[in-house]
Amino acid sequence: MKHTFRIFRYDPAKEKQPRYQEYQVKTEPTDKILDCLNRIRWEQDSSLTYRMSCAHGVCGSDAMRINGVCALACQRLIKDYGEEPLLIEPLPQFPVLKDLLVDMTAFFEKYRGIWPYLMPADPPPEKERLQSPEKRMAFDEAIRCILCGCCTAACPILEDNQEFLGPAALLRAFRYLFDSRDRQEVERMERLDDENAVWGCKTHGKCTEVCPKEIQVTQSLGRIKKKLYDVKKAR
Amino acid sequence: MEHDVVIIGSGIAGLRAAVELAAHADVAIVSKVFPTRAHSGAAQGGITAALGNEEEDRWEWHMFDTVKGSDFLGDQDTIEIMVRDAPRAIIELEHMGVPFSRTDEGTIAQRAFGGHTRDFGKAPVKRACYASDRTGRIILDTLFEQSIKAGVQCYPEFIMIDLLFNATRCVGVVLLELATGTIHEVHTRALLLATGGAGKIYKTTSNCFSNTGDALSIVLQRGLPLQDMEFLQFHPTGIKGLGILMSEAARGEGGILLNRHGERFMERYAPVIKDLAPRDIVSRAIVREIREGNGVGGSDYVHLDLTALGPEKIKERLWEIASFATIYAGVDPVHEPVPVQPTCHYIMGGIPTDVDGRVLGADEHKPVPGLFSAGESSCVSVHGANRLGCNSLLDLVVFGRRAGKAILSYLQDEGVTHDKPDSTGSVRDTIEKLLTARGKERVPALRRELQQLMMDHCSVFRDQRGLETAQVKIAELKQRYRDIGLSCRDRHFNLELVEALEGGHLLTCAEVIAVSALHRRESRGAHYREDYPERNDQDFLYHTLVGAGSGSMEITTKPVKITRFKPVARTY
Repeated sequence: MKHTFRIFRYDPAKEKQPRYQEYQVKTEPTDKILDCLNRIRWEQDSSLTYRMSCAHGVCGSDAMRINGVCALACQRLIKDYGEEPLLIEPLPQFPVLKDLLVDMTAFFEKYRGIWPYLMPADPPPEKERLQSPEKRMAFDEAIRCILCGCCTAACPILEDNQEFLGPAALLRAFRYLFDSRDRQEVERMERLDDENAVWGCKTHGKCTEVCPKEIQVTQSLGRIKKKLYDVKKAR
Repeated sequence: MEHDVVIIGSGIAGLRAAVELAAHADVAIVSKVFPTRAHSGAAQGGITAALGNEEEDRWEWHMFDTVKGSDFLGDQDTIEIMVRDAPRAIIELEHMGVPFSRTDEGTIAQRAFGGHTRDFGKAPVKRACYASDRTGRIILDTLFEQSIKAGVQCYPEFIMIDLLFNATRCVGVVLLELATGTIHEVHTRALLLATGGAGKIYKTTSNCFSNTGDALSIVLQRGLPLQDMEFLQFHPTGIKGLGILMSEAARGEGGILLNRHGERFMERYAPVIKDLAPRDIVSRAIVREIREGNGVGGSDYVHLDLTALGPEKIKERLWEIASFATIYAGVDPVHEPVPVQPTCHYIMGGIPTDVDGRVLGADEHKPVPGLFSAGESSCVSVHGANRLGCNSLLDLVVFGRRAGKAILSYLQDEGVTHDKPDSTGSVRDTIEKLLTARGKERVPALRRELQQLMMDHCSVFRDQRGLETAQVKIAELKQRYRDIGLSCRDRHFNLELVEALEGGHLLTCAEVIAVSALHRRESRGAHYREDYPERNDQDFLYHTLVGAGSGSMEITTKPVKITRFKPVARTY
């Protein structure tokens, strides 16, 4: 088979405007989109730039927009698409550094800001802290998150408000808020009780739609909201 | 630039060392990728410790299994340190926040894994602590988050291109900044190499694109030796054609391997622990079945059958690998078997270190001051000729921490200052030359040839003829590499430049592997010579060192440390 790849190209160091470049690629139905990009780079145009590492949906490096949908290039196969040209673009809402490679500084800053670590009671016991399987499963889905940025790029709220924490950072906040071993519930809730934090989410559900790890992101954020609501009601 | 300590590699070993050091020294992490993208994250099944949460277990049994798994090449003093420290290391991870799966009592859940047994080989034991089937990723995330809490500085997308020395010690590192192409000399009081593996030498591998053996190659070029490089682990169950890992946890939870006749063939190769035999044995069994025409459909793969596990168990404990099978093989493992074949997974060899991560030089195996290594890039040696599943994550946290502690005492006791390197080497010239190189050879083509060559002659089965062919062809590829040309001349984000550098490292590592494998005229662990099918303790019970002296491929040896367990026949 052969496919046409229409790829977003932009080198801010050299070009004023982005452009789209077309490549013809020999394909197999089981090829990953990432395989095809590599084929282009290795055989046709070595200047094409993007991130990749594990190539099987674990590291989260190769998030991009494929036919308008945020996804991992290593997790989408040629057979998932028709014979029409494939449109490959960088993640929206992230500044482009070169071609499909984007600046993730702000994304990781927001993640760092939500205290992404366990703040337990001290001192720790001699052995492991006990946690029932049910309590452990309460956040099981959230630990699948690989910080690829697909959810955040797809979030319509961020289009208008760059101050919004975004679904990835909020999901990580959820992971620690609902971990029964954590003891900073009050402080975490205070931080999340904000228009730019969890109340920024208007349940569009785009994050859940695009999540490569099938995490119910919107629903998890909803559980934070419910917890805030319940606490306020109890006061 | 200047830091007390620079750690190359943001995987679990590097992060664990960073967390140990952060409160006491100015420590920075350098990574080819973003920290959370490191390949430790691809570890699935678990991390071992004789916690005894599910059934009786003892560190002595863990030690015996590791020694026997290593085919008696692992250093037993080092193995004892690791397995005795394991329960503490796991509890520490739990305290840091790792969300281990739980037993009904709320303790850390454990499951069976290849080669881990009770009572010195009598039956499989549940020793692997796990967090679903993403144990590596969640330990990586937790340690990265601990490093954020501790304020560790990070340089993502910086590539190590050389080491700096003065007359007495390692004084720093040279880095290429991907975003700008700038070359940075970073002066350090101590440098830790925690750069992981080199699986990209092979065509079929579970390894990520970044695992190109850069540190191994640079160390060798700087006149330091590499140890036991003939020992490469092929994981038995990579998804057919892709090499993506189907965790051994699949078999730990009850999955079995079947050939074209629907026969559970591992019963013939390992009558006692069957599908839970160590990886070298299972990989050889699969390749033998395929050679004898018992591959599924007469083809080059067998089936991993999880259908007896039921949807609940698969969803709860093996969600991730089930998703891999669905996405990449188009197979739902709840209902259908998954086509699998061996995939290059782990390198047991590496940079020789002592039990505290000090890199050992060619000169009477004495430590090189200021230079440390931990994790897969090092060879300490706990895995010997074959690593047991889930012992690698343990290696990373135990020896990552020990390296951190050793670096700290090195800084305090030796009172080392920042020193200037004797010469900054020729690496700047190398980069400039590459950026203007107009030769006719292309790196992707050379790399593809190398990867195929290593699959053909240097993988699960080896013999003298194949290895000699490999040597000759690697030499040819090295010659052609001298005539490479780049077409991307950008300094910023030049992936072609990075891959050109990596290509050189792959060739160097491949050469060392072939030389070591040719030297070892016996079969031990993952190194199987069809022309010498028996283990030969009389002549080869020693570690191989290549490059001891002036970067040559000369081979020297080092005795194996044997304390508790004398070598015996390795049957399961």
